[in-house]
Amino acid sequence: MSKLLEAQSLCAYYGPTQVLFGLALDVNDGGITTLLGANGAGKTTTLRSLSGMCRTSGDIRFEGKAINGRATEDIVRLGIAHVPQGRGTFSRQTVEENLEIGAMTRRDRKVIAADVERVYGYFPRLKERRRQQAGTLSGGEQQMLAVGRAMMLRPRLMLLDEPSFGLAPLIVEELFGILRTLNRSEKVSMLLVEQNAALALDLADHAYLIETGRLVMEGPAQQLRDNENIRRAYLGY
Amino acid sequence: MELFLHQVLAGLATGGIYACMALAVVMIYQAIDHLNFAQGEMAMFSTFIAWQLIQWGFPYWLAFGATIVISFAAGVLIERVVLRPIHDAPILSHVVAFIALLSILNSAAGFLWDWTIKSFASPFGSGQFLGQNLINKHDAGMIAVTILLLLLLYLFFRHTRIGLAMRAAAANPESARLAGIRVGWMTALGWGMAAAIGSVAGMLIAPVVFLEPNMMLSILLYGFAGAVVGGLTSPGGAVIGGFMMGVIENLAGTYIPVVGREMKLSIALIIIVAILTVKPSGLFGRPVVTRV
Amino acid sequence: MLVTPTELRSAEARQPPAPTIGGVAMPVWRLIMLAAGLVVVVAIPFALKNFFIFQITLAIIYAIAILGLNLLTGFNGQFSLGHSAFYAIGAYTAAIMMENLGIGYVWTIPVAAIVCFVFGFLFGLPALRLEGIYLALATFALAIAIPQVLKSSVLEHWTGGVQGIVIIKPDAPFGLPLSSDQWLYLFTVAVAIVMYVCATNLVKSRTGRALIAIRDHPVAASAMGINVSLYKSLTFGVSALYTGVAGALGAIAIGFVAPDSFTFVLAVALFVGLVVGGVASIPGTLVGGLFVLFVPNIAESVSKGLAGAVYGVILLLVIYLMPTGAAGLVRWMTAQFIRLGRARRS
Repeated sequence: MSKLLEAQSLCAYYGPTQVLFGLALDVNDGGITTLLGANGAGKTTTLRSLSGMCRTSGDIRFEGKAINGRATEDIVRLGIAHVPQGRGTFSRQTVEENLEIGAMTRRDRKVIAADVERVYGYFPRLKERRRQQAGTLSGGEQQMLAVGRAMMLRPRLMLLDEPSFGLAPLIVEELFGILRTLNRSEKVSMLLVEQNAALALDLADHAYLIETGRLVMEGPAQQLRDNENIRRAYLGY
Repeated sequence: MELFLHQVLAGLATGGIYACMALAVVMIYQAIDHLNFAQGEMAMFSTFIAWQLIQWGFPYWLAFGATIVISFAAGVLIERVVLRPIHDAPILSHVVAFIALLSILNSAAGFLWDWTIKSFASPFGSGQFLGQNLINKHDAGMIAVTILLLLLLYLFFRHTRIGLAMRAAAANPESARLAGIRVGWMTALGWGMAAAIGSVAGMLIAPVVFLEPNMMLSILLYGFAGAVVGGLTSPGGAVIGGFMMGVIENLAGTYIPVVGREMKLSIALIIIVAILTVKPSGLFGRPVVTRV
Repeated sequence: MLVTPTELRSAEARQPPAPTIGGVAMPVWRLIMLAAGLVVVVAIPFALKNFFIFQITLAIIYAIAILGLNLLTGFNGQFSLGHSAFYAIGAYTAAIMMENLGIGYVWTIPVAAIVCFVFGFLFGLPALRLEGIYLALATFALAIAIPQVLKSSVLEHWTGGVQGIVIIKPDAPFGLPLSSDQWLYLFTVAVAIVMYVCATNLVKSRTGRALIAIRDHPVAASAMGINVSLYKSLTFGVSALYTGVAGALGAIAIGFVAPDSFTFVLAVALFVGLVVGGVASIPGTLVGGLFVLFVPNIAESVSKGLAGAVYGVILLLVIYLMPTGAAGLVRWMTAQFIRLGRARRS
């Protein structure tokens, strides 16, 4: 399997403070990789680094092209959709406008309209609320909207930052089912950051574990899941 | 009763000025999420440019059009050159930057064109509108242009992709970047449009209040007040708010005895504050509901 | 196959050494700066000519006014563009007491404080419902209204209308061999020291933390049991108190009050002084006061015709180079010195 995204010696800084120390991370084409770790470990920072939202050094390659140092808007246009922590909803715009914003970099009007319907197909609850102000949606609905917005980009790679955060278990199950379908049928590769390790290891095929800005473990998700010592020591279950 | 009606109409006439200014104010608010205190001075400077072009022999409508284009370019330039360096600074620093712009433009206008009052032609001619003694031609023209602008803006923001991109960039810049929107250029575009609208407002207002560097100060305040009363999220509300300001100002001046000419502005503003305490997001504004 | 990187280093809990510059610890540096400052302050009336002493007095007065604004906007997050109103009320209180009622200047200070506190608190009540830009507009309206009210015929008997009130500058008491300017300077410094000490204690106290909590996250603050409405109104009152006291001192020092001295131009100047000195920085207000006093004059001396433009350019430069104000610049420089010290030692 070829590598869609490769990061080498990735360091990240917030102002003068270094928070990531030489990460080496890959996402396979068509695969789902998960990045696990406790609060403050650097998971969100890793995704932000890949999207060009903080100062980084090191080597990041997407489809073989170097993207380190590029502006977020340009990275997005290469086909990477980032679903941020907290969902990043455009609260004052309607649900439908949120989806249209997601497709802003595309020009094919009719296909965009068809894509909006496709997103509604995955998330019927969004269709019910299409003209509602997005800020009034519940947490779960806003998360679905965020994923839908990312889908409107027709990305090759989706970066998801704690999509299960603050959501009821049933909604999470529904959401992760949709992610799985997206990966299989739409061939969207994913890098999934999660605190909920059980859920993430169930969905992903490859896993990394990060602790205070350094990778402490990596391997096939199955093995992390099956290794009881690892689970107890690092994943808390 | 006749006095009342007359004052209301006179109020609507001056209100047209405030409505036009209020529209420019809301326009830039939609684009950058702040109120631009230098808006009035930018409009004034644009009007001086138009005046200068006319002095050099340009026909009125050519000068009008050229001024709009120049103002648009200047607005974009100001955003990219003056405001970009403080992009990440706290909002209070932005306000100081606007104050600086205000000071520079005011002083430069006085220096280049001196401080005496100049007259500025109206494209609508003089005399009463439709021959009736209700409202004169210029005021009618001004109201018509304001409403036309309002319509164009409505169509732009609600029904074009770039209008949506601008709204997105102002509402949530980080998420907008993640959608591939070039937020910096959207902001610059917003400034350009606001400068252009401001220049139209200036060129319509100058025939009434006469052209001089300090002409816009109280008008800008009424414009702000009108925009805020109408609701900063609603361009239509801002226009209505502007008209309301004109009427309130006139009625207060006529009917409240303590109020001489100087106090009209204060009374009007106090009424604004009163309205805001009852309806904090303005009469037509949509309160922004965010889940905690 | 599970892989663990070989250079796995668990995060050692290393206590960094206490920050020093040139080997001297920070608290000692602070004491040194304070002592140096006091020496300068006491030396001024004897080292400079009367007019310069007068100017420094005014700078300190503006600093106190800016401190008032800082408490409201910097520490409590309520945006005010109308503090010229409270300055005016304080000034007129002093003038009316001294000229119309014949009361000594010393008493005008506490009275102005109380009067302005009441005004500020009352204004703060409806202001509770206004946020951000709406509050800015409301306070700006206040700034515009006050000179109009002062000029109005209704109050002319007390306020002297458009012409204002002339005050006789007080002489040094007890026959001390000091000029009027020197004495007023020392009086102002004494008042300033009291007010600054009170402000510093307020900000560091529980109340201060409550104010800052309200600024940063009002919902969380109220969820923690802070009575947000009460604190916000009280802060308005205290802020007005400070600026009012400055106004009273200003009236005494200048010897004259008139409505057009207290327009929105003053309100804007105070606001600019706040940002230049550094929002939420108490020592920064002194820089702000100096800026408000001297920079407009500097601008005018550079170019009489383009004075406003020069002022604007200076403002922009200050904002570009010191976006967090003078206080921010000092903090940054201090951090650089500390880092240099550490690097040299290791």
